[in-house]
Amino acid sequence: MVGAACAYYAARRGLQVTVLDRGSVAGGTTGAGEGNLLVSDKEPGPELELALHSTQLWRELAEVLPSRIEYEAKGGLVVASDEKGLAALREFAARQTAAGVTAEVVPGGRLGDLEPHLAPGLAGGVHYPQDAQVQPALAAAHLLRAAGDRVSLRLGEEVTEILTGAHGEVRGVRTPSGDLHAPYVVNAAGTWGGELARLAGVDLPVLPRRGFVLVTEPLPRLVRRKVYAADYVADVASDSAALQTSAVVEGTPAGPVLIGASRERVGYDRSPSVEVLRRLAGQAVRLFPALATMRAVRTYAGFRPYLPDHLPAIGPDPRRPGLLHACGHEGAGIGLAPATGRIIAETLADGELPLDISPFRPDRFGGGEAG
Amino acid sequence: MARDRSPAELVGAVPDATFEITFDGRPIVALPGQSLAAVLWAAGILAWRTTRVGGRPRGAFCGIGHCFDCLATVNGEPNRRACLVPARPGDAVTTQEGHGHAELGDR
Repeated sequence: MVGAACAYYAARRGLQVTVLDRGSVAGGTTGAGEGNLLVSDKEPGPELELALHSTQLWRELAEVLPSRIEYEAKGGLVVASDEKGLAALREFAARQTAAGVTAEVVPGGRLGDLEPHLAPGLAGGVHYPQDAQVQPALAAAHLLRAAGDRVSLRLGEEVTEILTGAHGEVRGVRTPSGDLHAPYVVNAAGTWGGELARLAGVDLPVLPRRGFVLVTEPLPRLVRRKVYAADYVADVASDSAALQTSAVVEGTPAGPVLIGASRERVGYDRSPSVEVLRRLAGQAVRLFPALATMRAVRTYAGFRPYLPDHLPAIGPDPRRPGLLHACGHEGAGIGLAPATGRIIAETLADGELPLDISPFRPDRFGGGEAG
Repeated sequence: MARDRSPAELVGAVPDATFEITFDGRPIVALPGQSLAAVLWAAGILAWRTTRVGGRPRGAFCGIGHCFDCLATVNGEPNRRACLVPARPGDAVTTQEGHGHAELGDR
């Protein structure tokens, strides 16, 4: 998704772009997520700024791209089970509001107006109308198509080497079908961005953080918004390698309800975990008791590209002139893709950046050149 | 009828006594061991669900539990894969309309 957005905005800026993917469009993390476009889970700071800018760009993209990308400005609802949780949620929302987020506190008695099937007895919640959703695989594919003739797509082609010139500057890439010369290379390899950086001789500590999604049978509009429990925010920000689960529940236009989100650092192990799925299902049923009798028909897993400070790497890499990074967005890559793409495009075209990108500097982890 | 359209003759099977299930209230003869989809097919019934959006008819397609096309409401429970559910005496299969969860409200 991030790569597609970089290609789209660069092409709109008049640049010629070749998109190389060793797999298929949306074959990596993009195809393994839920298509969350969230501001609700983000602390005030650089990631929230990126998310707010992206929210605006997604709205514009939804006008341009076909309705099949299933963009839904459905809003998010974060709920707390007790008064203590609600107090923390209110405080968090107040800080977000000061940073430009629209958030409305919803007392427990009014939650049912927003979500008729939500469990009774919850203390309350916060409604975030800016939260939205897309079908990420379709969104990535249609974004590439909408980019037009300036973008050529080469799928199933892996970059094996970054070509450099006499002064260490990037000159292009090598793939099994030959050399491709270009003055700039954008690393949008997601969870595998660290490996691509290594090919360029620089260190970028992207690590995989596994997540499962549980998919139910098609249902009527049981869940109207993105609904999740307040613990989710803490899980996202956590540095723990151990398993964390906090149910994020949402319906889809096609009918199935998607239930995320688990986080654990187990490398690239894809094997299904009954324990994780059991916990997700249990938490989802606590939010929406009607789900108890519904069938889960399948599950899928993916790897979020995680950087140690939970911020993506976006922009030029001073250690390797001509190399730019656009990866490490963890679980927010779909949401943050348009703003990332615009930053990359403006950087390449010497344009004006939409926001301060210094917190996303790719060399902020030190390490310098990786030999 | 149940025997005519099953491979029982072909393999020289000697099945136990037949029993009855119903489809939309109409009695149908079943052989022990048949899936509900096999029973319905044997009775010449090819569709037992309508799609969620277009209301088009659906029945068994893959027959091995993968495609989820053969969903039916069985004894009041929607979204059962008829190709996987063994027929039992007295089972009531009813045509499933859309998602089969009309009790949950809109759509």
